[in-house]
Order: sequence, then C-alpha cells, then structure tokens
Amino acid sequence: MERVVLVRYGEIGLKGANRPAFVAQLARNLQAALPCVRVENRFDHLLLRDAQQPWVLERLARTFGVVSSSPALEVAAELDAIEQAARALVAELAPQPGTTFRVETHRRDKSFPLTSPEVDRELGRRLQTHFPGLVARMKDPQVCVWVDIRQRAYVYTQVRPGPGGLPVGTGGRAVALLSGGIDSPVAIWMVAKRGVEVTPVHFHAPPFTSERAKEKVVRLVEVLSQWCGPMELWVVPFAHVQRAIRQQVEEPLWTVAMRRIMMRVAERVAERVGAAALVTGESLGQVASQTLEALAAIEAATRLPVLRPLVGMDKLEITALAQRIGTYEISVLPYEDCCTLFVPRRPRTRPTLEEAERAEVGLAVDSLVQEALAGAETVFPAAPARA
Amino acid sequence: MRRVYLDHSATSPPLPEVVEAVRDALERFPGNPASLHGLGVEAEGLLERSREAVALSLGAEPSEVVFTSGGTEANNLAVFGAAWARQDPHVVVSAFEHSSVLEPARRLKESGVAVDFCPVDGEGFVRLDALEDLLRPNTALVSVVLVNNEVGTLQPVAEVARLLDRAQARWGRRPLLHTDAVQALGHVLFRVRDLGADLVTVSAHKLGGPKGVGALFVRRGVRLRPLVLGGDQERGLRAGTPNLPGIAGFAAAVRFWDREGDHLRDRLRQLSGRLRAGLQALGGLRWNTPSDVDRTAPHILNVSVPGLRGEVLVHRLEQEGVYASTGSACHSRRAHPSHVLLAMGRSKAEAVSAVRLSLGPETTEDDVDHAVAAFRAALEDLRFLVRS
Ligand SMILES: Cc1ncc(COP(=O)(O)O)c(C=O)c1O
Repeated sequence: MERVVLVRYGEIGLKGANRPAFVAQLARNLQAALPCVRVENRFDHLLLRDAQQPWVLERLARTFGVVSSSPALEVAAELDAIEQAARALVAELAPQPGTTFRVETHRRDKSFPLTSPEVDRELGRRLQTHFPGLVARMKDPQVCVWVDIRQRAYVYTQVRPGPGGLPVGTGGRAVALLSGGIDSPVAIWMVAKRGVEVTPVHFHAPPFTSERAKEKVVRLVEVLSQWCGPMELWVVPFAHVQRAIRQQVEEPLWTVAMRRIMMRVAERVAERVGAAALVTGESLGQVASQTLEALAAIEAATRLPVLRPLVGMDKLEITALAQRIGTYEISVLPYEDCCTLFVPRRPRTRPTLEEAERAEVGLAVDSLVQEALAGAETVFPAAPARA
Repeated sequence: MRRVYLDHSATSPPLPEVVEAVRDALERFPGNPASLHGLGVEAEGLLERSREAVALSLGAEPSEVVFTSGGTEANNLAVFGAAWARQDPHVVVSAFEHSSVLEPARRLKESGVAVDFCPVDGEGFVRLDALEDLLRPNTALVSVVLVNNEVGTLQPVAEVARLLDRAQARWGRRPLLHTDAVQALGHVLFRVRDLGADLVTVSAHKLGGPKGVGALFVRRGVRLRPLVLGGDQERGLRAGTPNLPGIAGFAAAVRFWDREGDHLRDRLRQLSGRLRAGLQALGGLRWNTPSDVDRTAPHILNVSVPGLRGEVLVHRLEQEGVYASTGSACHSRRAHPSHVLLAMGRSKAEAVSAVRLSLGPETTEDDVDHAVAAFRAALEDLRFLVRS
C-alpha cells in the first residue's frame, strides 16, 4: 500500500496537438515546486510519489493547470487489497455512528473480474461489516470512497479543487507593472493563470517612497511566486523621472506623463527578458487616469499590447481575489506612500494623445528611460522554501 | 558615507557597558532568581543589585521599583492598575501622552470609566488651569508625561502634584499622579519625591539600555491591580520570570548616566543649541520645540518644513546619511498627522510636515554640522515639491 497523490488537469486535455507539451510543462512546474516528489506522467493524469508532506496538497491548490487532486492509496488491483485501503482511509476519517457513505468505482481495466457496480456493492458491504455505524446513501453522502481500477487500484476519499487555468510557461512571457497596491498583484495572478510567465517591474522612488515600500513589493512577489513559480523582480529607480515631470510638465498632465514613461521603461525591460506584452492593474474608471481617453494616451507610448485583466472587475471582486491569493494583507500594510506628492490637484481626466505628447516636449524622455534602466536591480524573492 | 544617527528618542543604541552587562548576565547568571539553590540566589543577587541601581537613579526605594517589559507595559500597568484598584474612578490624562497611555485611557473610557483628556497649549505644555478644572472628588489618576517624546517639552509635573494636594485639601482624597518619564530618565535630572509622583514609568532602551525592559516606580503604599497574573514575582505586580539580562543591561545604562549625566546633559544642550542655530539659519522652518532651555529636554528638536511631508524629508536625509524620524517611531509607518502636534493646535498640513531630531551620548559637533549641511542639501533639493 503506497500513499500517492493523483493530479487531474482539465482544460489542457482539450488542446489537441499541444497537449503533450502542456502536460509536460505542468509536470515540470510541479517538479520544480516540489523537488522531493516524484512526478509520473500517466495517460490522463499525473501521479505524485513520495508526496506525504502536508504542504504538497497546499501547493497543488496553487498550481495553475491543476483541476483537482486526491491523496490516494495505491494497491494491487485485487478486491482484498482495495478493501484494506478503503478501511484504512475510512478509519482516518473516524466516522461517527450514522455517517452516510457510498462507494464509487471506475473500472478502467476491463480485465478486472467484477463490474463497477459490483465493486461498489461488495466493497460497501465489507466496509459496513467493519464499521457497523456506516449508513449507505447514494445521494449526497458524507463520505465517498472512490476506487479507480487500472493496472493498479487507487482508493481515495477526497477530491480537492485546484485553481484550474493553464500551466505557467505555456503562454509566453509578459512584463507587469507592480505597485504595492491591491490591484497589480491580482493582475499578475490573472495572466499567470492563463499560462503566462510574468516579469514584474516595480518603480522605486526614494526619497519619495520608502525602503519599506520596496520590501513590501518583495513580499508580494514571494506570495505570487507560490502560484506563478519563481519570478525575477525588476526594481527600477524612478525619482529622477518624477522630479523631471514635476518640474517640466503642467500639473494636470503629471499622471499621464508618468504612466507613459513607465510604459516605455517596461517595454525596454520586455525587450531584455523576451516578453511579448505588458500587464497593468488598471481598470476602467476607478481613478481619474483610468478613463478610456487616458488609457489610450498611456498605451500609445508602447508598441506592445497592454493587458488589463482587471478591466471588467469592480473593487470588491478584486479585493476578494487578492484575499484568496494571499496578497491582500500585504497590500494594505500602511506604509507611507508619498506618490500623492505627484498626484495633480485637478488632473486632466480625458487627455488627448496630442496633449500627452505636447506635455513631454520639455522632457528628455530617452535619457530618463535610459537612466532608469541603468539603475535597475533585479531581485529573486524566494517562495518560502520547503522540502 | 558618514552616518549620523539622530533618532535616539526612538531608541538609543546600546552602550558598550550595557552589551557587556547583558552578556555577563547571560553567561554567569544562568539561574532563575526564584530558585532555592545557589544559582538562583546568585541570579536574585544580580536582580536586586540592578533594582538598587534603578531605584537610586530615580530617588526611590528598591522595593518601589517594578520591572516590566518596557515603557509600554509600565504605562499600561499604571493606567489600568490604578483605575481598576478603585471604585468609580475618574481618570485624567493629557491629550499628548504617548499612545501607551492614551490607548489604555481610551479603553477605560470605552468600558464606561469617566476619562478626560486635558488640553495642551500651542508651545507644548499641559494647561494647568484646564487640568485643575477637570479634577473631581472621585479623580483616581492623573497622568502627565514628563518629557513629551515628539517635541521634547518638559512638563510641570511638580506643579500638577500641587494641584492634587489642593484637591486633597478640598475633597480629602488625593488622586494618584503618574508621569511617563521614558524620555526624561538620564536626560533630565529628576527625583520621584521632588516630582510628587506616585507612579513613574521608565524604559531602558531610550538611554542606551536593551529594548524590551523598563520599570514602573510604585510609591510605597500605593495599591495597583496587576495586569499580568501568575507567579508572585515583582511583589505580585508583574508575574513572570524577570528578564534578567535585560534588567542587568538596564542597570548598566542607568549607572552610566548617573556617572556621566551632568557632563552629558550639558553637552546635549550645547549640541542641540548648535543644531537649532544651524537649522534656524537655513530659514523657512517652523519650530515645534520651544527654545526655552529650562522647559525642554536637552536632546529633542522637532521642526516643520511647511509644505514638505516629513517622511519625504526623513528619506532624503537618509540619503545624506542622517537618520531622523517624523513623529514617534510607533506611528511613523503611517502617514497620519502627529496627534501631539494636532493637540498643540497645529494644522494638519503642519502636523504632517514635522521632523524630529534627537541626540545621544555619542553625538559630536561634527555630526551636528553634517546634519545641518544635509538638511540644507535636502531642502534645496526638495524645494520643487512645495506647491504654492
Ligand atoms: C514617552 C514614551 N513613553 C513610552 C514609550 C514606550 O516605551 P517602550 O518602547 O519601552 O515600550 C516611549 C517610546 O517608545 C516613549 O517615548
């Protein structure tokens, strides 16, 4: 009897010719996240061996491409062995008298002597003999004992949902703007869920933002990398840009001018890391710079597509998702943020592209971008190490 | 780059002899002071010698010193302990106390106790006239900080004590007087009997001792209800095996200041005068610390740069190697306006533009000059941020 974990993937099963590559990527991601575990690629699922540590299941709940997983006992495909396994699992649940249960068998190996309904009935009877308090019920039982009969048999009582999505690494790479706020980590999570590897860029502007704001972003990346795999964080100095904007640009256009330079810097980072798109946490209409006109003027500064996965969400939905991801608590930490220094008192909410371009006339845009890149540092925040 | 640490009011780096005393206690006094055997007796000896040192420095009897986990716990013990030990208590605290007095007072108020917050004037002194008006026959506790931790003003605690004497003459019962002397110990000469205080809070790490250790002076005969229950350590007022290495370090810090204090206080006064004059010459500043040397601590200067946020200036000064803070360290993570400055009647804009510079024993004239130069550079560099 060996303890294993069955890992099911759904969507990627549909992808025709790409399928082997997707499954292999999922297997690689799991192997990288769980170095001690042995990952076996089975015809329609993955099987993990040496996966007893309690955090394996936690990790599976955070690996994109996993639809569900079940800790299971692997035994010989014989009824007695299956019964032993089922008894062990039910005993772990320590059922109270009156607990309802049923057995659900899938017989994939048709050479097994009993049919699935026969296994259901016989195994159910034997379990009741052993646990006299159990009450059989077909509909919504409290305990379900699943039996998968293949060359070997797999017995389990739990099906734990995974996050779904596509394995990270199957969808190319994007560069994401990461502030310390609630939105941008969620945006990164959303594109990673579609299989995209993300390189986050944080604009750090001492003395206008504190060292703590940077630490906070590092912690956000630590949490995100539990979902998205290891990520290299780019920390780009930005104070010189903010100074220049405050001195050279008319106040109502500060925000647009700043975002346009951020886009240019991100695009240059994308060239270096081989990314094909930019990602932001913008959504429509939350703040003045997020009108359609402002988004258009900002986006015109880059030739790369700008993905805004939060565009259709409202604040409550974003917050709920941030809580689920685990970034919310970090995002709301009350470290001072002096960015308000660069928020115009009366912003131009619907700037035209011409206005945005005219506002930059006094700025040495290329050298500002250059200086930002020259000062960039990269950090590899480790996901909390285990195993 | 030259580094100049001007944040001693947040914490003052451990003195070499403090490090030595802590190490010595850890290595040579492994026992529990309450144990019956020889190691216990030795540890108890160290504990009691330390208590004597702290008592001596306060002008108290050793039996009047209760060791705690710091100023915060001592303040909590004073406020809750005094209120809970009395029937129908009324409590008065000044509006610009440290949060470890204010929050317990607010909690008392929430739980139905009558609590008043006494206003302070624009210079940073508690208003004695207002305080007298707030006293009632059932006033159980009055708490006024000795040196305010943000602006450094020295409060007229001895005069508060006289108000309480008058209350006693009138109503036959004297409210307890508590003063938070965390920023005062060492830096200001005082004796608990001269202050007329019944309860006095001190903390080791503000004078070069270890963090996480402090004490409450509890005048003989004063009854408090303890907060931390368990064993009968500290005369039952604070259960728990005492933090002996921390306490030994505390004693070492206190002995250092007792020995060097006269000279250090003069030096701090002279250095802060130099710093003040240097900054004054830069122009455009608004002082939150009055210039009156008789009514301020020698080591704290608080100044606002109108139109510039305090934290930006703090970060910019750090780029010049100068470590300062906005308000008190416990609040400076949040960009909230300082409650101390608001209580002094400053506008919100002024209250978010304050910077506190606080000096310590290792500060030199060169440090001060470097700080002034750093301030000048920072102001010139940040002037563009000031919006008309
Ligand atoms: C006036 C005052 N009271 C109390 C405290 C709290 O002391 P501790 O840090 O030891 O808890 C401080 C400093 O933090 C203080 O400045």
